[in-house]
Amino acid sequence: MCIMRQGHKEELMEFSEHIKTANVEDVVLHQPLHPPSRGTLCITGHHLLFSDREENSTRQILLLLRNIDAIEKSVENLLGYSSLFSKADYSKRISGSSGTITVKCKDLRVLQLDIPGMEQCLNIAHSIETLSCLNDVSEMYPFFYRPSDLSSQDQWGLSSSEKYYSEHKELHKRWRLSSVNRDYSVCPSYPPAVIVPKDIDDDTLKKVAKFRQSGRFPVLCYYHRKNGMVIMRGGQPLTGANRKRCREDELLLQAVIDSSDKGYIIDTRSSQQVQQARMTGGGFESKSSYSCWKRLHRQMEKGKALQESLIKLVEACGDESQNMDRWLSKLENSKWLSHVQTALSTAGLLAECVERDGHSVLVHGSEGTDCTLLVSTLAQLIMDPCCRTLEGFLALLEREWVQAGHPFQLRCAHSAYSHVRLQQESPVFLLLLDCVWQLWRQFPLALGFSEALLLRLATEAYFSNYGTFLCNNDQERCALGVKEKTYCLFHSLLKPTEKEHYTNPLYEPTDLAIWPSVHPQSLQLWRGFFLRWTPQTRHLEEAQEEIRNMVIEWGKVALS
Amino acid sequence: VILRRTTCSSQLFLSVENVRFLDRSSGQRKASVGTLYLSATHTIFVENNPESRKETWVLHSLVSSVDRPPPTPSGSQLILRCKDFHVFSLFIQQERECTEIHTALNRLTRPESYSELYCLSFNPNVNIEDRAQSWSFIDLMSDYKRMGVPNNLWVHTAANSEYKVCDSYPSELFVPKSAPPSIIVGSSRFRSRGRFPVLSYFHQDTLAAVCRCSQPLSGFSGRCHEDEMMLQALMKSNPGSDYIYVVDTRPKRWMQWCKARRHWTVEQGRSLLWSDQSRFSIWRSDGRLNAMANKAAGKGYENEDHYSNIKLQFIGIENIHVMRSSQQKIIDVGEMRSPSMTDFLWGLENSGWLKHIKAILDAGVFIARAVADEGVSVLVHCSDGWDRTAQACSVASILLDPHYRTIQGFMVLIEKDWVSFGHKFSHRYAHLDGDPREVSPVLDQFLECVWQLSEQFPCAFEFNQRFLISIHTYVYSCQYGTFLGNSEKERRDMRLRDRSHSVWPQLWKDRSKYTNPLYQNQLSQNQSQGVLRPNTSPYCFKMWKGLYHHMDKSVPPRQSPADFLSAVREESHQLEEELTNHQEVPPGGPAHHYPCSRQGIQHTHPIHVQHTHTPPLKRQTYVSTCNSGTHPPVSTWNSGTHPPGDLMSICGSYFRT
Repeated sequence: MCIMRQGHKEELMEFSEHIKTANVEDVVLHQPLHPPSRGTLCITGHHLLFSDREENSTRQILLLLRNIDAIEKSVENLLGYSSLFSKADYSKRISGSSGTITVKCKDLRVLQLDIPGMEQCLNIAHSIETLSCLNDVSEMYPFFYRPSDLSSQDQWGLSSSEKYYSEHKELHKRWRLSSVNRDYSVCPSYPPAVIVPKDIDDDTLKKVAKFRQSGRFPVLCYYHRKNGMVIMRGGQPLTGANRKRCREDELLLQAVIDSSDKGYIIDTRSSQQVQQARMTGGGFESKSSYSCWKRLHRQMEKGKALQESLIKLVEACGDESQNMDRWLSKLENSKWLSHVQTALSTAGLLAECVERDGHSVLVHGSEGTDCTLLVSTLAQLIMDPCCRTLEGFLALLEREWVQAGHPFQLRCAHSAYSHVRLQQESPVFLLLLDCVWQLWRQFPLALGFSEALLLRLATEAYFSNYGTFLCNNDQERCALGVKEKTYCLFHSLLKPTEKEHYTNPLYEPTDLAIWPSVHPQSLQLWRGFFLRWTPQTRHLEEAQEEIRNMVIEWGKVALS
Repeated sequence: VILRRTTCSSQLFLSVENVRFLDRSSGQRKASVGTLYLSATHTIFVENNPESRKETWVLHSLVSSVDRPPPTPSGSQLILRCKDFHVFSLFIQQERECTEIHTALNRLTRPESYSELYCLSFNPNVNIEDRAQSWSFIDLMSDYKRMGVPNNLWVHTAANSEYKVCDSYPSELFVPKSAPPSIIVGSSRFRSRGRFPVLSYFHQDTLAAVCRCSQPLSGFSGRCHEDEMMLQALMKSNPGSDYIYVVDTRPKRWMQWCKARRHWTVEQGRSLLWSDQSRFSIWRSDGRLNAMANKAAGKGYENEDHYSNIKLQFIGIENIHVMRSSQQKIIDVGEMRSPSMTDFLWGLENSGWLKHIKAILDAGVFIARAVADEGVSVLVHCSDGWDRTAQACSVASILLDPHYRTIQGFMVLIEKDWVSFGHKFSHRYAHLDGDPREVSPVLDQFLECVWQLSEQFPCAFEFNQRFLISIHTYVYSCQYGTFLGNSEKERRDMRLRDRSHSVWPQLWKDRSKYTNPLYQNQLSQNQSQGVLRPNTSPYCFKMWKGLYHHMDKSVPPRQSPADFLSAVREESHQLEEELTNHQEVPPGGPAHHYPCSRQGIQHTHPIHVQHTHTPPLKRQTYVSTCNSGTHPPVSTWNSGTHPPGDLMSICGSYFRT
């Protein structure tokens, strides 16, 4: 109960209208990997709290309501079964019936609550349904969370365009930091500062923004120190059916490469798709207008198709038929691993253009807020050793996902269990983490962070105590005062007490590129995430623990 | 370490220059040019490149097929497929030479008698006493002693001395105390090939046992009083339970067929078999049609009406023919060139391979549960009791007893459940040119079950997958006498102990490269705590890339945490020693030692690659000169040492995908 008393009086007041029953005694909780336990269930504005009443144990389970993806309730009239109970039980239950709520979480855990009393059960279910999908961001838990070991004066975030620019002095000759978007008027989904070619002034940028979807004009996101080549990203050009041109856009791209050189454009859509996009006002960089740029198309699924893929995969993982053929065909049918393969091979292509071919690349799809970010992030991990440390990786995520305007709020509103009609949900960020896990598995010594970090991030994006993944872009976060009123996840992960858990004990930095194999045999289902709540995962975790201990022991000997 | 070759193997039959050679399974993309030699025992390719002079030796007995695709204008091609899934391509300019090599290889890779086999000429440079000692490295009697046998429940029987009751069983056997020789002999007459019920594993904690035998010849209303007594004796030898499980590892459709014809006479059975040809498809398992009628007339399973206190359990493991074709399909999946994820998963599903692995593991889990959790003894059989029975019993033993998860324990387990109990190694692994329908990857499947378990329990096994793969290779390559022949009796009659060497001391000597650094010793705990309870849900099974992909065609050798940790452990061990000796750390500080880059490992592997930096050799002296200073291919790399250019050439380009 102590957790609830952490000064949440205001919270309790605000949500009390949704809570008709706050406490139920004698509830039985069934959760994976544990025997069922009996105790008290409480519901607050943001949490479901279960406290075990077994003797000698004061176990508590605190579940953020935002974690709940779907519930199923079944209410049974127990009168018919009265003979099954002893006299005492019978008299207690005769007053009503009981019900069961199955809680399906966004971290893929499935819990079951047996609640005595039909009315209480329905009340609790109603509260969960309402409170787990509140739409008002300012009512969400990060605005109420007050951890004792973090101070609100702490700096928010790890990285920004400004910081990246100041850290890469080599950039300064040909690139500048522009604050054309300081009030988010040019591109609402970009941060206030962006890195652009030095020769392009802010007025030109404003014109380019009008020619690119959602105002996302091409900006620099990665500078390859070895050969000075860069990765740019943006939205699609709005050429439309009339093949409209934009002189300023052509100038900007020309400024990225020297007049003699050429560049690549990686479009995350197929060539048929980009032709279709012209009919709805979108388009692509035509050969005639952008003669120095070569377009490469790689069709990547996003949006609804990706969400459905996740739903099918999770459904397959929950199949208990023990039938091998059925499992393999369901796994294939979900297409999730195909998406992993495509993402990694497109990222490999991007890295190959930059590192091996020595050319700059512009990446975009249609909006440039999903697959574009996925590919550019993975390519940076492949090429840049600085991104492979714990801090470097978190900074990369902050620049390439949080500040680059991946709409977390829309994409992560629901996960694989939800029954609500899908809107803009899509597990692009989860796909990124899966791809990073594949890299981590193929190069267990090259990445400085652990699988535990990827697992933590995979859940934090969907529900969190921290403000990092709130809202859809910087502008929205600014309007709500997220940086002032909530805490930063990344800082919390880097606290000395937490950090060790998230570092890779085997890490050995290498300056070389890590080229992933995209052969189907080399890609595996991410068991740690998708089968996290099955018994055998424990043994794999023990092995990781053993590795950590061995390296620590070794360190001691080496030091002494 | 210098390897001495016998004069026999130094005879050079053929040599062809300007041959292009491609090691497909190690991901080589560009063929290297050099000279090809054929000796009595090896195909040898020596690169022309004076800098590396790389040599590749391929043992003839490891080659499973030599294919010759139609010749092209640029020359003729030969494809060598090895039993350990290596594939080599040879491009020869002159068609005549190609024909010559093809003919020679066809003869050399298909020995017709045991005397042609390499193990009888292979001499790993040990003297006679050491050789004799090598055969006593594994002592099965001490393993029985370790599990507490003999005791007041199980006793040693001399019934099968000189193999007179059952020629495919070992001479040393353990049976229930209450089973006198008369019952043993009676029971053996009623069981296929005389393989009567005997002890395979005794679980000290629960006093329950795993026993094995072959099927009863009860197919057409037969019964045998002694056999019924025998099963009664098995039940009585476990004081904790009043029944036993009889596990028939064959698919249920077999049982249904038998059941329907239970009361038939032998004559009726025979006539049915001859008249009803369509039924043959059900048990193609039983060999050629001719022999089938006689065999099938007697086959069956225990009738619960005649045997009291038994519970029959059917676990559907498919027969050797289904398994053979399934493995071919999964090899084909491994050889697909740039398949899509869909192609791959369909191929995997279509092969059925993982389904079969799961069935075997499920059988083992059932037995282990019965013995450890229920305390009930189990009698396992299939048809003859040397394939599926060996798989089920050995998987159960490895789940039940942590000792079998050690390097030495695992050797004992294979020696006991497979070698001594008459698994037909020479037939199943085609040591001689024989009936292809007898060949089947039975032991491959057991090794794969163990690998799947080690993936689920990374800290439970003392050995790594290299150990399993090495055993797999030695089983097929016949460099050592251990796996030769089809039974203990055959090996004795061939006097293999005097004429060949045992593989186990060699594996034990190399144990440092087979050790799993994550292993946590559970031997100190008592047995029941050390029981593995694996999850056998379909999602727990993966394709064993390590076996089917050797060097992993398109994938560069990856960083291996296990190798890293082994190195780390070795290093900290050294440091500790240095500290205790008060010595200074050598200049340059501690360096990482990678176990595989160790020099001086004796070249005992049937395929080995050797890089010599010596000037080109004269051909006549070639065989004798190359024997010095060999070391195995370096197969691991550390994140700091790989040149990106090389990697890209292995991985290929993402432009193409």
